[in-house]
Formats: sequence, structure tokens, C-alpha cells
Amino acid sequence: MNYSSLLIAIVILFGGAYLLGRNRARALASAGGSLHSLPTHYGALMALWTGLPAVLLLLLWSILQGPVVDALLVKQLPAAIQQGTDIEIQLALSKVHNLAQGAGLAADASLQPAVEHLLALEQRNRVLHMGGALVIALLGLGLSWRRLRPSLRARTEVERIVSVLLFTSSGIAVLTTFGILASVLYEAWAFFQKVNVFEFLFGTTWSPQVALREDQSGSSGSFGAVPLFTGTLLISLIAMSIAVPVGLMSAIYLSEYATPTVRKYAKPALEVLAGIPTVVYGFFAVLTVAPMVRDIGVSMGLDVSSESALAAGLVMGIMIIPFVSSLSDDVINAVPQSLRDGSYGLGATRSETVRQVIIPAALPGIVGAVMLAVSRAIGETMIVAMAAGLAANLTANPLDSVTTVTVQIVTLLVGDQEFDSPKTLAAFALGLVLFLVTLTLNFIALKVVQKYREQYD
Amino acid sequence: MTNLTTREKVERSMKRRRASESRFRAYGVASVVFGLLCLVILFTDILRNGVSAFEQTVMDVSIELDGDYLGIDSQADDSAIKLANFDGLVKRHFDREVQPERRDRRQLFSLISAGASWQLQKMVLEDPSLVGQTVNVALLMDDDVDQWFKHYRGHSAHPVLNETQLGWLNQWADEGRLHTNFNTLFFTNGDSSEPELAGIRGAITGTFLTLMVTFLLSFPIGIAAAIYLEEFAPRNKITEFVEININNLAAVPSITFGLLGLAIFINLFGVARSTPLVGGLVLTLMTLPTIIISSRAAIKAVPPSIREAAYGLGASKMQVVFHHVLPLALPGMLTGTIIGMAQALGETAPLLMIGMIAFVVDVPGFITDPSTVLPVQIYLWSNGSEAAFTERTSGAIIVLLCFLITMNAAAVWLRRKLERRW
Repeated sequence: MNYSSLLIAIVILFGGAYLLGRNRARALASAGGSLHSLPTHYGALMALWTGLPAVLLLLLWSILQGPVVDALLVKQLPAAIQQGTDIEIQLALSKVHNLAQGAGLAADASLQPAVEHLLALEQRNRVLHMGGALVIALLGLGLSWRRLRPSLRARTEVERIVSVLLFTSSGIAVLTTFGILASVLYEAWAFFQKVNVFEFLFGTTWSPQVALREDQSGSSGSFGAVPLFTGTLLISLIAMSIAVPVGLMSAIYLSEYATPTVRKYAKPALEVLAGIPTVVYGFFAVLTVAPMVRDIGVSMGLDVSSESALAAGLVMGIMIIPFVSSLSDDVINAVPQSLRDGSYGLGATRSETVRQVIIPAALPGIVGAVMLAVSRAIGETMIVAMAAGLAANLTANPLDSVTTVTVQIVTLLVGDQEFDSPKTLAAFALGLVLFLVTLTLNFIALKVVQKYREQYD
Repeated sequence: MTNLTTREKVERSMKRRRASESRFRAYGVASVVFGLLCLVILFTDILRNGVSAFEQTVMDVSIELDGDYLGIDSQADDSAIKLANFDGLVKRHFDREVQPERRDRRQLFSLISAGASWQLQKMVLEDPSLVGQTVNVALLMDDDVDQWFKHYRGHSAHPVLNETQLGWLNQWADEGRLHTNFNTLFFTNGDSSEPELAGIRGAITGTFLTLMVTFLLSFPIGIAAAIYLEEFAPRNKITEFVEININNLAAVPSITFGLLGLAIFINLFGVARSTPLVGGLVLTLMTLPTIIISSRAAIKAVPPSIREAAYGLGASKMQVVFHHVLPLALPGMLTGTIIGMAQALGETAPLLMIGMIAFVVDVPGFITDPSTVLPVQIYLWSNGSEAAFTERTSGAIIVLLCFLITMNAAAVWLRRKLERRW
């Protein structure tokens, strides 16, 4: 019996419980009893009692089984390994898991008892796990069947359960935030045990290579993240210098000048740019924009890197245009018509109205929009991972190759990882910085935009 | 200057003001045109590079399926056929036909794809009675030949192929034996290190499984959260905190969701890496804010009169919400969900963190099989050194964009069709 058939069985039980409860309630009603709730409520109550505990048990069990099985396994390992360090135990455990799946190459006789124990455990685990879920489901069915009588306040109970479920769903967003924060904080803490915080934040050399042997030269690796921060800022700056003027002017044109027909087609067409996956932009940057930038630079006698910050920044700017334009469009449209009318009444031209009345009035909203766009530029990954380099140069020259925080996170975490090397942990420290910076930007921007909206509502 | 009337002053300045007005307008037009131009360039660039990925160069060959050489006869069973040396048969055929000098043989064989022998094997597996007969087949050619035939034919030199090879190829091409067929392998194969055999079926299946997990989790949870926040939540600090959280999460960089997936789902809960399950979990957390925000907007758009009418008839709060508000808000919620799904479909960065970047040849069958997704496949191929991979990257992008356009068009259609104005 596998998971899918178990899930199907639970779904069938769930549906069956509903029908059973409903029909029983109907039978009770026709027998002359006066029901507290509608028959469907009795059905729903029985279904919830049957399905919910079983699904909860399955979820909890899947989360907890790994650590529990490992804890039981450790006792079966040879004594020599049990005395060893955590890493040795982990290694032995993963060997045992591989052997149990028949994937281990060198059969280690001393591990054999543990392997057999694991196979037996897995067998027992499966039986207990699935059997437990079924038993709980049937138990719920039986219990709710016994409780079912006309005076049962089925509707009240169902509604209470459903509102708890609804509340839990909305709590998941909060859990996600805490999950992100906890995971990056935990790993970043481990990183800062090995590398000084100040060295990380203010050091100017980034070469996260950790030597394999202790005596190798330059074995410590250096984790000064300043070149990453400047690289991120440089690329974001290039992107914003494209996106802000173009996006803002597009928004002004589309909301103040364009005829309704032009607006109807041009606005969604511009927003298509926002829907294109970033990996496509990255490919476009590598394939077309970077060679073009290089050719133009070389023809002007400049020395351009083939992974220049300019190419990545340009393409990122194009990606962000619709972001700036649609947010600015919203805030410009929120400026009351009376302000425009007042300005026209004093004899101002359209552009004067825009520059001297609308933009000052919409400024907080526009600032908020730009901040959100900056946060997007800082966190953008694929374009820079494909078009910007890996070389951590500390430079302000847009023709040079720079690297960014997100590129380094990807590079450090793709491939095999061990969770005790500073190299892997450094990615989480960078993630922490990234998360905090974007969170702050978003938070302030959302507040500013909200305040601004309230002002004109 | 001082004795000018106001009227004169204004008239003098009018020219300057009008010029500035038309300049400003021109900037606006230029900005919109620039944005649209970028869009057009992007699409034409991808199309120009990618359309040829849907065609594959093949060569018409009459080849004798020599039973003696293969060591099988027309009654052979599948296992014997699978062991037979079709590769050698193809090589022998070309050796006899072209009769190259000894030192050129390797170069001749390198023109034919490794897939050619599988083509013959597949034919024989389907119909063992072909053994001993001479069959006409369109054999798959190597990616270098493919690129040459599609893009460099007529050029005298080629970066990879040498003169001898070009001589053979030009002869075959002049005889009309080389031609292009629709590239079915691109849609039926998984990934491969040989460009001419690499296809997107594995990636598309992986994408489908991942999105299925995402949809099954994010749609119910997103709608439930939206209902709670709009209809049930008391206006207090906690609700406000939840709302701020959701709005912030919508703007947090997607890569941080990858970090969360790696640290919590994989390291803490022990979910298997590289699987659609863990990918779907991460994408669920990422798309939830989008779905919640648009679902709330949809619920808000249902006029209070509907609720009041239902209350007036004696419905409970739950009945009002589930029997009246929800059905009316559902089209808007679905639109938001489709847009969220489209976002998830194009997402790459967080999936790199959780190992969906692995080189997976097999087509995944279930949500716990290792797999990759279309955008990650595009990323992987874009790093390929062969020119043929560049073409395939663009081809895969075209397929991805087609999916996205379909989804967004569905959302727009749904909105037009089902949305009611009150």
C-alpha cells in the first residue's frame, strides 16, 4: 500500500462520512425528530471528524519520522562510531540509508546490523503510519456516528472548525515570514561564529574558497562582502536610471496625454514586459545585449568586459519599466481631477500642470513606487546570474564585470553542500542582508504609498 | 523690458512654453515607444533564434538491416534486439557508401547522431520482420551538421566541420538527401548531453507536477486566508500584522523563498531534494500572497447588499460567505490564481537552491521523482557550449512563452466572461 492509495482511501472515507451523516440526519428527521441543523451540516461534521485528524496525523508523522528513525538507528551503529563526532555519525547514517536502498557500493560489514534494523524500521514505520491514519479516520467516523442525534448543534460545530481552518490558512503567511527569518538567522548565526560580522560587512575581499587541507595556502577564504554590495548597487543603479525615467514618462503620457484607445492597448502591452520570466531576460542579456554593448564599446575604443555590469543593468532596467510605470500610473490617477482643473484654469499648459502640480502631489506615491522597484532590482537573480560575472571586483566602472549578492547566493548553494562549511553558510548570511534590506524598503514604501492614498481618498 | 504689459509678456513666453510642451510630450511618446520596442526586439530575437529548434536535419538512407551482422533474425525477441549492434551497422553502411580514407573514418562517423542507431533499433523492435530487408529511413544527423545545414550552408568554411566533412555534406545536400523534418524528439525526449537528442518532455512533465502541487496547496489556502481576512477577521493589531506580512511577502525577492525551502523543507523536515514536491511547496509560499491579495479584491467587489439579503433570510455568517459571497467572487479568485500560477511557471531562482537544477534524463512520473522544470532547463541549456544548445534554449523559451500567453489569455478571458459589474 502506498501513499496515493492511502490518500484515495481517506478521500473515500471523507465522502462516505458526509453521505452517511447526511442520510442519517434525514432519517432522524423523517422519523419525527426536529433537527437542530440542516442534514448537510451533520454530514459535514462527520466528514470533518473523519478526515481532519487522519490528515493531521499523516502530516505530523511525515515531518517527525526522519529524526525519530535516525535517533533509533544511532543505537544500532558500532560502538566506535557512536563515540565519534556528530559528523562521523551523520556520515555513517547516510551510508546506512544508501545501503538500505541498495545503492551503497562498498558493503561495510560493521554497518550491516544497522542496515537490517533500518529496513525493519521502515517496514514497521510504513505499517504504523498508514495503519494509524486509517484507524484514526475510522475512529473519528465511529465517534461522530455515535454523537449524531437531532439535538447535536452540528452547524455551530462545523462553523467553529471551519473558522479555525480559515484562521490557520491566513496564519501561513506569517509563518512564512518567520520561516524565512528563522532559517536565514539560524544559518547566518552559525556563519558569524566562524567569520567576524565586521569582517563580513566591511571587508573588501571576497573569495569564498575554503581549502580542502588545513595547510593549504590561503586556506581560510575571505568573506568581505563589500564588493558584492557595491556590485549590487551598481547594477541596480544602472537599472533604475533606465526604468525610472522611462517608466515615469510612460505613466505620465498614458494617463495624461494618450487617447483612451492608445491607453487601452499600450498599457497592457507594456505590462507584458513584467510577465516575461526573468530567465528569458537573462538569456536575452547574454545572447544579444552583452555582445552588442561590447561591440559598441570596442568600436569606441573602450575596454569592455564580456560580462559587463552595463548589459545586466540595461536588461534589468527594461524588466522593471512596467513595474515603475504601472505603480506610478496608479498614483497619478489618484491625484484628484480638481487639482488639474485648477491648474488649467490658471492658464498652465499640460506639461506645466504635470511638472508643477501633479508630480509634486503624487511625489510620495512615486517615491514609494521607485523604492519597490529598487527592492525588486536588488533581489533580482536570474538576469545577473546569467549576464553578470562571478568576479568580485570593487569598482564603479559599469563596463567592468561585477558580481551581486544574489549571484553569490546561487553560486554558493548550487551543487553539493555541507552545512558546516563557511562557504555554504555565507550564502545564508548574504540572504539575511538581502532579506532585511528588501524588507525595510518594502515596508517603508508600502507605508508611504498607503499614507498617500489615504490623503486623497 | 519693464514697460511690457502682462499680455505681451505672456505672448512672448508662449513660444517657449509651447516648445517645452511639445518636448515633454515627445519624451512621453519616446518612453512608451522605447518600452514597446524592447518588447518587440525581445520577442523577435527569441523567435529568430528559436524557430529553427523545431526542425531537425535528417538524411535519407537506404540501409540493409543485415541479420547476419546484427546476429538476430526476424523472430528475435526484444532482449536480443536490444543487444544487437545497430551502431556498428550504421557505421558499416556509411563506410561502404562513402569509402573514406582510413584517417577520415572518425570524421565521417561524427556526422551521424548517436540517435541514429536507436532509430533503427526502435524500428526493428516495432517490427522484427524488417530484419534482412533494406529500409528507407531518415537518419538523425549530428548537431554540428544540423547547424551547418540550417544556418551555414553555402559558406565555404565552418568553425567545427573540416573540408572533407563539408565535401560529403555538400554532396548529400546537393543530392537532396539532407533535409529537415519537424523535430518531434524535442517534445518526446528528456534532457541529453547531445543537443540533437535533448528534449523538453522531462522539463514539461516536471513543470506540470510542480505546478499541480502548487495549485493544490495554494488555491485552497489562499482562498481560505482571503475569506478569513475579508469576512471574519476582527480589525485589530493581529489582523493588521498579518496584512502587512502578506503585502511584504509579495515583494520579497524570490530567492529568499529558496533559502527557506533549503533550510526548512530539505534540512529540517527531510523532504527529498530536486523533487516537484519540494519545488511545489516553495512555489506555494511564493504565490500565496498574490492569490490572497487578488482574492481579497474579488471578495471586496461583492456588494454588501448580497450579504444583507442573505442575512435577512436567516442565513448564518458561514452560509452567507460560502453560499453567496464565494460563488460570486470565484471568477476573480480564479483569475488571480491563474496569474499566480503563471508567475510560478516562470520562476527559476528559488528552484536552483533546492536542487531542481540536476541533470535529469528520465521523465519524472510522480511528485517524489527527481526532476527539473522548464525555466531551469532553459537556464541549464543556456550554459551549454554548443551552438545547437543556444537554438534549443530559444526553442524552449518559445514553448514557455506559449504556456504563459495561454495562461494569461485564459485569465483575461475569464475576467471578461465571468466578471459582473454591480
